[in-house]
Amino acid sequence: MTAPDASASGVSAREVPALACPVPLPPGDAVLLGHGSGGKLTADLIRTVFVPAFGGAELARLGDAAVVELDGVRLAFTTDGFVVTPRFFPGSDIGALSVNGTVNDLAMMGATPLFLSAGLILEEGLPMQDLGRVVASMAEACRAAGVRLVTGDTKVVERGGADGLYVTTAGIGLVPRGVEVGPERARPGDAVLVSGPIGSHGVAVMSRRAGIEFDGALRSDSAPLSGVARAMLGAGDLRAMRDATRGGVASVLNEIAEASGVGITTDESAFPILDPVRAACEMLGLDPMYVANEGVCVAVVASGDAEAVLAAARSDPMGASAAIVGSVEEGRGVRVRTGLGGTRPLVMLAGDQLPRIC
Amino acid sequence: MKFVDEYRDAHIARGILADIGRTVTRPWTIMEVCGGQTHTLIRQGIDQLLPPEVEMVHGPGCPVCVTPLSIIDRAVSIAKRPDAILCSFGDMLRVPGSSEDLFMARAAGGDVRVVYSPLDALEVAKANPDRTVVFFAVGFETTAPANAMAVRQARLQDVENFTLLVAHVLVPPAMLAILSAPGNRVQAFLAPGHVCTVMGWTEYEPITEAFRVPIVVTGFEPLDLLEGIHMTVRQLEEGRAEVENQYVRSVVREGNAAAMRVVAEVFEPCDRAWRGLGPIPNSGLRLTEAYRAHDAEVRFPEVVEEVPESELCIAGMVLQGRAKPHDCPAFGTECTPEHPLGAPMVSTEGACAAYFLAGRRREAVTS
Repeated sequence: MTAPDASASGVSAREVPALACPVPLPPGDAVLLGHGSGGKLTADLIRTVFVPAFGGAELARLGDAAVVELDGVRLAFTTDGFVVTPRFFPGSDIGALSVNGTVNDLAMMGATPLFLSAGLILEEGLPMQDLGRVVASMAEACRAAGVRLVTGDTKVVERGGADGLYVTTAGIGLVPRGVEVGPERARPGDAVLVSGPIGSHGVAVMSRRAGIEFDGALRSDSAPLSGVARAMLGAGDLRAMRDATRGGVASVLNEIAEASGVGITTDESAFPILDPVRAACEMLGLDPMYVANEGVCVAVVASGDAEAVLAAARSDPMGASAAIVGSVEEGRGVRVRTGLGGTRPLVMLAGDQLPRIC
Repeated sequence: MKFVDEYRDAHIARGILADIGRTVTRPWTIMEVCGGQTHTLIRQGIDQLLPPEVEMVHGPGCPVCVTPLSIIDRAVSIAKRPDAILCSFGDMLRVPGSSEDLFMARAAGGDVRVVYSPLDALEVAKANPDRTVVFFAVGFETTAPANAMAVRQARLQDVENFTLLVAHVLVPPAMLAILSAPGNRVQAFLAPGHVCTVMGWTEYEPITEAFRVPIVVTGFEPLDLLEGIHMTVRQLEEGRAEVENQYVRSVVREGNAAAMRVVAEVFEPCDRAWRGLGPIPNSGLRLTEAYRAHDAEVRFPEVVEEVPESELCIAGMVLQGRAKPHDCPAFGTECTPEHPLGAPMVSTEGACAAYFLAGRRREAVTS
């Protein structure tokens, strides 16, 4: 095989201009936590720093995973880093999360997740027992999702150089022939579904951090969505799917509306939510629409197929409380109908939600 | 969900709205004092469901919003000291000081921690005896008892490295300042239910008499607000000016005696400058002489330069109910929740952020 000819693109390797300052930096002198919140600051960072630096149609689509074509075979490819504190929280841990997160990113492109890699960054002094527990949890999550972890890497940093343990996973999945899903495919008239009760993961982590336990009623929803995604794909014209991780369902709805150039109207009371999660959100002053999930996706479906896709989702254990929560309309932006009959826009948050003073 | 759904029933809400419509005969301007009430009003769109005669203006009761720039600058400068740990409730971290906020102080290496109770900060102090822990004591009478209790516990347990950076403010002096200001438009108040849970409402009785304004102690759920507004409108229409209590499930006239006792032991009234409103006599709390050793301003007497507020920002007018957030030329353009010029744009309880997040824009107001 010959090396690709750089001059074909009009630029030879030697003529690539020096990297003087190719990247227009966003305002501010330093990276802030909000840049990792999955909200507007994150979006700004991606748009102003990463996309211009690397270019490329696959990256610019900003999907959960890139879909690349090789010899007529379409592969979904993604990577994700996991830095959650605490490492172990009610319902899951950083290990299961790192597998499910990547599995879900692949599943959201309509792909069948197949192979994973994992990179572990360990802090000197991490209890060996913690490492064993995380790895066992990763292995169990791989079995549950039907994927194989086939390669990996380990690094250890000095004490203080990391917070115990970080995990990065990458994954490859096969996109079946004929499957076309993407955030840009929503059309007016389509129905909007969520696959399960919202807010459970973020509230479980936050309440553990805050020392508010609610008698163990708050548990992360971390789980593979590949089963429910497959069920929905087989039941009708599924236009778009996205797992509602950081930034919650509100951010995902906004991303779909923006990518498709449409508006979305939802009903606040239609979203499934567990009572303990709702209670915790009331106490902490959080809006569950913006709270992270790790086993919930938003799906947009052609209106005629909505009931069939809903039934298919409900046939999978992960989609048992799936619900139709709104519809796609002409226009722009996301609106939500409140319980009292008013409506308000559901905008992207700038950064993380902050628990309120009183 | 119990204790929530029964206060958000759309059918009952429509009934109370109709009652308000039948009661009102002419225009009235009512101020809800508390930011939590503003949040519910705007989030649920209640102000737009009210009859056009009833205008709601939004008061200064957002603790994040009224904390002066100089105290935030002091918190930022303390946070950057290697010998200090600054603990705060979450929503203070994004409040802009004159050049930086606490998130930036943290990104620059400062030890800034979000806690959910001042007692958590006390635990941080016990775990870090070699550093001074500063809890940013922000808020109205509502948060004062827990903060007082934390200092008292620190004293009892000899935790000498626990301190408060006190920015407490009091509601009645602010209401007096608003009523006394030239150009005041406020004809009645919804008093803040949580503040009154602690303090009761005896302090408000002289205000109703001196200024002939009705005051209704009101809760925070949609039906609480609608009922409070209805009671207020009825007083206005009948020419009465009394303190009434809508929030009966939580508030009694005498307040919470135990809470008031601990506040009186640890804090004393002092003059305080409010962001947007300026100095108001006897409107703040500071630690009493006996507890002065736990005062972060005594421990870290750094000189913080007074920096004027943004000239574009009309937060002061907004906090007095004399302007609506979208009357501001910077609203939604130079000033957004990402890059707030003034504090009401920072917290979701701030009137400007509530308007922005609810999509209220200039053109939306003309209707």
